[in-house]
Amino acid sequence: MSDIDTLHPLELDTPRLSVENPQTRYDKQGERPDEERVTAAMQRFAKDFGRTAATYMESCIHCGQCAQACHFYTSTQNPKYTPIWKLEPFKQAYKRESGAFSFIYKALNLKHKVTIEELEEWQTLLYDSCTMCGRCSLICPMGIDIATLVGQARHGMFAAGLVPHELWAVAERAEREGSPLGATAKVLKERIDWLADENEIEIPMDKSQADVLIALSSIEIMKYPQSIVSTAKVLNHLGLSWTLRSDGYEATNFGLLSGNSEWQKDLSMKLIQAAIDCSAKLVIMPECGHAYGALRWQGANMYGKPLPFQVLHISEFLAEKVQSGEIKLKALGKSITFHDPCQISRRGGATQAPRDVIHALGADLKETQDTGDLNWCCGGGGGVVTIHRADPLRHKAFEIKMQQIDAAGADIAVTSCSNCRQTFDDGQAHFQWDKTMHSLLELVADNLIE
Amino acid sequence: MDLITFARGTGLEAAFTIFIIGIAWRLFAIFRHPVKKDLSLPRTTHTLSGAIRTIFSRMIPHREFRASTRFSVINGYTFHLGLAIIVFGFLPHIVFITQITGLSWPALPNGVIYLVAAITIISLLVALMVRMNNPVLALLSNFDDYFSWFVTMLPLATGMAALGALGQNGSALDATQNGVVVAIHLLSFELLLIWLPFGKLAHAVLVFVSRGTTGSQFARKGART
Repeated sequence: MSDIDTLHPLELDTPRLSVENPQTRYDKQGERPDEERVTAAMQRFAKDFGRTAATYMESCIHCGQCAQACHFYTSTQNPKYTPIWKLEPFKQAYKRESGAFSFIYKALNLKHKVTIEELEEWQTLLYDSCTMCGRCSLICPMGIDIATLVGQARHGMFAAGLVPHELWAVAERAEREGSPLGATAKVLKERIDWLADENEIEIPMDKSQADVLIALSSIEIMKYPQSIVSTAKVLNHLGLSWTLRSDGYEATNFGLLSGNSEWQKDLSMKLIQAAIDCSAKLVIMPECGHAYGALRWQGANMYGKPLPFQVLHISEFLAEKVQSGEIKLKALGKSITFHDPCQISRRGGATQAPRDVIHALGADLKETQDTGDLNWCCGGGGGVVTIHRADPLRHKAFEIKMQQIDAAGADIAVTSCSNCRQTFDDGQAHFQWDKTMHSLLELVADNLIE
Repeated sequence: MDLITFARGTGLEAAFTIFIIGIAWRLFAIFRHPVKKDLSLPRTTHTLSGAIRTIFSRMIPHREFRASTRFSVINGYTFHLGLAIIVFGFLPHIVFITQITGLSWPALPNGVIYLVAAITIISLLVALMVRMNNPVLALLSNFDDYFSWFVTMLPLATGMAALGALGQNGSALDATQNGVVVAIHLLSFELLLIWLPFGKLAHAVLVFVSRGTTGSQFARKGART
């Protein structure tokens, strides 16, 4: 399947790392008969029909309220973007194969087998139009966690070789090279040498023993290297024993986003093993939303036992340090609107941490109308920002963010997710918007009282 | 055996049996699936309180969703509460329940029940019209949605027709006049009982499982539900 790389090579020089835009409406990987794809999808769907999925599948009352929480539905008013509708083949497969009355459905063929056409059609719904932000999970009167189900449905889509090319390509590259965006260990080392030299700052690499292991997202390595300097500045200021490891640094997990749980495990295990090898007590995850969820909430399940170290998102770490008084900050003198990354606040439980940091910066926090756990997603999460054919839809959804941030009227917009930041940069360029998204970590580093 | 005898006896027993076995099967169908232990370090271990809290908190939408869900929430509450008032507040229903279970409580005035029944019927009609005309709901809807609506509406309609056909002590079980109308009302209720476990009406039970699952899982993360 590696021929995809030559068919759709990565365009490393474009503002947003990408591959050529395929012309077909849906993408396929490899050459396989359609029946094999359907069988593979069904087998993988069945693996995910655990108690949680069964609970949710049995419980939907078709009330349609989830549509009102979805940025893709509300910005287009197209009913196909109703979150639970995105799961229709998954739901259909469950009801026919594993549900309470599957024996009736099967015997009387009341729910027909999922077809290849349905899987192809649903590719855009499961990937292009869902960031797995989970806002819909908070509106559902039955409490159905739709985002989790979408993640599971993507497993079947990957097994069938029905993943959008760009997402497939970056995931495959991450598995093969260790980074989705070409931030190999060699590239990382070169960048670290350059950054350390340019900024006259110590950035420890490959220490055999350290209390803290730092993970980075490849978006930061390739696009926002200043965040690495900021991390070093804060950790050096605290006098911590810390390191970056060239055998485990990549925080993003495109195995998770694309739907390949084996790759997800491989990518997580690199970080976990690196942390174990250097006896780290703490792994600090970078400003990246899904990376946090991948290690903090799914890492131990990939590892098969509880992690022998603590995992904190950088915003949680900074919040702890400002509260303990180990980090003191100069007053920023500006008002801030904070954009909550979905996977850290809504789905990660760390909503207050960035607000504590903003408070420590002495900034006036001007919240958007919907904020914190109920924040609207930037539209780029879940791998959506990598999918070019989704650009018009993503831009449409981004209008909600622009309106809300403009209405909040703060001096600057800040987030703690590099993927959100990238989506905002793209939206800013597309709409020629006058707001730039800033990094919370970089604001802290820039205002440290040494 | 005439119709009313069947409706009061064998029919009722069969309906309750199917209802209980069906609900048990529906729950078994969920709990027979494997559950993976979550090995991540929980932010809090108060998963049970998280489950209970979510079961109650989802009764009211988050502030951010109130404007967009106002109609469906108000109309939903209208027919749910309406049905509850009619089932548990109408004297003949209480007498019926008393004869089966021995439990008893004061009834609401008939005038109130008639008004509530009218409102409930209108509310269900509105729900149906919205389901058929709202693009999202029309897309999501299938046989289950329409049949579930039908078997909910049927006892309401037949109940209205049976109002004048009650026995001296107000019990449908003792109805002597117009026994056929009362029998049809009872049978329509039995149809509701029989269908309940098979379709979306099972949410009467599943709502606790579903909300509870999310509540406990999100509580581990310290995330709001």
